[in-house]
Amino acid sequence: MSAIAPTSPRTGGTFLRRNAIWWVALLFVLLLPQVARSGTSIAVLNQMCIMVIFSLSYNMLLGQGGMLSFGHAVYFGLGGYFTIHLMKMASGGFFMPLPLVPLAGGLAGLLFGLLFGSFSTNRAGTVFAMISLGIGEMIAASSLIFVKFSGGEEGITADRTDLTSLFGIRFRSEVDVYYLIAAWMVLSAWLMYRFSRTPVGRMANAVRDNPERAEFVGYSQKHVRLLSFMGAGFFAGIAGGLFAVNYEIVTEETVNLVSSGTVLLQSYIGGVGFFAGPIVGAIVYTLLQTLLSNYTEIWAFYVGLIFVATVMYAPTGLTGIIMMHLPIYRAGKLRSLALPYLRIGVPALCCTIGVIGLLELLHFLSVRAVGQSTKRLFWLTLNVEQPFAWIIFSVLAVGGFLVARRVAPSVLAAWEAASLHAFGGRAR
Amino acid sequence: MTAAIELVDLRKSFGSTEIIRGVNLEVGEGERHAVIGPNGAGKSTLYNLITAKYVPTAGRIRLRGQDITARKPYEINRMGLSRSFQVTNIFPRMSVFENVRCGALWAMNYRYSFWQDVDRLDDVNERSLQILNDIGMVPRADVPAGVLSYAEQRALEIGITIAGGANVVLLDEPTAGMNRSETDQTVELVRRITENKTLIMVEHDMSVVFGLADRISVLVYGEIIASGPPDEIRGNPAVREAYLGAEAD
Ligand SMILES: Nc1ncnc2c1ncn2[C@@H]1O[C@H](COP(=O)(O)OP(=O)(O)OP(=O)(O)O)[C@@H](O)[C@H]1O
Ligand SMILES: [Mg+2]
Repeated sequence: MSAIAPTSPRTGGTFLRRNAIWWVALLFVLLLPQVARSGTSIAVLNQMCIMVIFSLSYNMLLGQGGMLSFGHAVYFGLGGYFTIHLMKMASGGFFMPLPLVPLAGGLAGLLFGLLFGSFSTNRAGTVFAMISLGIGEMIAASSLIFVKFSGGEEGITADRTDLTSLFGIRFRSEVDVYYLIAAWMVLSAWLMYRFSRTPVGRMANAVRDNPERAEFVGYSQKHVRLLSFMGAGFFAGIAGGLFAVNYEIVTEETVNLVSSGTVLLQSYIGGVGFFAGPIVGAIVYTLLQTLLSNYTEIWAFYVGLIFVATVMYAPTGLTGIIMMHLPIYRAGKLRSLALPYLRIGVPALCCTIGVIGLLELLHFLSVRAVGQSTKRLFWLTLNVEQPFAWIIFSVLAVGGFLVARRVAPSVLAAWEAASLHAFGGRAR
Repeated sequence: MTAAIELVDLRKSFGSTEIIRGVNLEVGEGERHAVIGPNGAGKSTLYNLITAKYVPTAGRIRLRGQDITARKPYEINRMGLSRSFQVTNIFPRMSVFENVRCGALWAMNYRYSFWQDVDRLDDVNERSLQILNDIGMVPRADVPAGVLSYAEQRALEIGITIAGGANVVLLDEPTAGMNRSETDQTVELVRRITENKTLIMVEHDMSVVFGLADRISVLVYGEIIASGPPDEIRGNPAVREAYLGAEAD
């Protein structure tokens, strides 16, 4: 497991130096609203931060612990419900500052993690995945059955400004909430990183790699998994709590299988083999979701395509791709890749445009009003009843794909040459 | 004096075939004991029974007088018994250094700590570095274990096994696949680290066996046909016939 920090045992230095990257991160997120001032961009940032925590917690299972969960939203959603109930109760008057309410979500996530983890962490692999799916389905169904607790379809709402003010801050504006969420995000990310560097965190990797051997060095694979599972539940619960604070409503959508799928998707796209992978994934996913949805109604389809492409062609995720180029960049050899990348980039772009074109036209066909025959796409007005657009996009898609596949080996060879150079011929 | 390991009429069947057929064995505290026998005799199976990878069909296993027959592998390890595997069994995606460190964490009492920074556990890190030095892997410390060569993985296998400083060490063909000089180094290492400890070793290399063992047991078809000091085993006609053959001459 590579991480953003060096893993060698001899990393001394002061607290400040050791954690320099975290201070920079904190400063960065605190300054962000100065750049992104508009209400919508703050809203996007809030969502992004929540997703960062959620994905990082998911990776405590998948990347660090080798547990493929299809039901991680259970802890996110339950964290959200418990937090929103606390907010409702607290608006009755007892002392409960808003920044602390996500802890209720964390605690709920932790306890349900203990409950469900106690019987699902004996083994990883298929059995674990199936149980997680079952629990996910069960809790999602419960959220529509136990209406008193979940509010049924409408969900539960609360007003965060009713809570005790802290130093006169009532969290009326989105920016105030942003600071709250961002602070929780940096703190949570830091804690999760610290966890990965503790004896249990290291043994989580060991159990992921080889559970049998871990038992022969003194560790119960179940207990190691359970501890990771509870930690993952806790931070997912924190994320859910922040969701409740941010949106002031929690519905079945937070806890259902779609939500569980989303966190898997974004973590994987970011790269589960790296601590920073899920962060990248959450940022990219949120951007895709918010930006893409401005332009197209079938954005979720594209996200699915990207996921499949990642699994097939870049299993180490976006972070893995970046990490593949870091040594090449350091060796100053990045430029040698410009031409090969252009060679594959152009046909790949053509293929992408072709696929998008075909999909958009198909979608338009199925939703258009009677008599409507033209669609604006790529700054062009296209007539779906004429074959012209269809032919062009088909040629682009198929031709681009074939050319890209043809040049791929030579591009790969160029990359290998560059990285061999970067390692100075050092044998691996 | 209680024995370090005591096996009482131990039996193991897979389906209808009995692989271990009533083994009785006592290995004294501080003894270096070699188990030899032809391929398929059941040596590794015997290890798997002692370390609870398999559950015996019948019989008892005692570690320092304590019955460990129905325990879990991790419980037995915590009682001070550590083993290596004939087929390399490491943590492939972790670095060589981390592999060894995993072997030391529990034994050095860090257990399920989720509040301490491993990089600051000076005792564990120093010990792991020491072990790396012993197995000649310091230059490879940061390499993922999965990309090591076969011989290097064998060395790491031993490193993980001894990292916790267990009092009873079981090695399954530690020198298999090593060349002469690697074998000599490994024998020296095993001799050094098992000073005042109990060692049980499965080994096919007779020079290693006769050089290192205080006592030898010969396992043939799931039964111990002879057990005693090296000279006695060397001269035992039944052993010569069943196993040693030309090798001992
Ligand atoms: N899990 C198992 N299921 C079925 N049969 C097994 C199992 N494990 C071992 N055996 C059988 O038990 C017999 C003894 O195997 P074992 O590995 O203990 O031999 P060994 O003495 O270690 O041999 P070698 O010197 O080749 O390592 C073999 O015939 C093997 O096929
Ligand atoms: Mg064997």
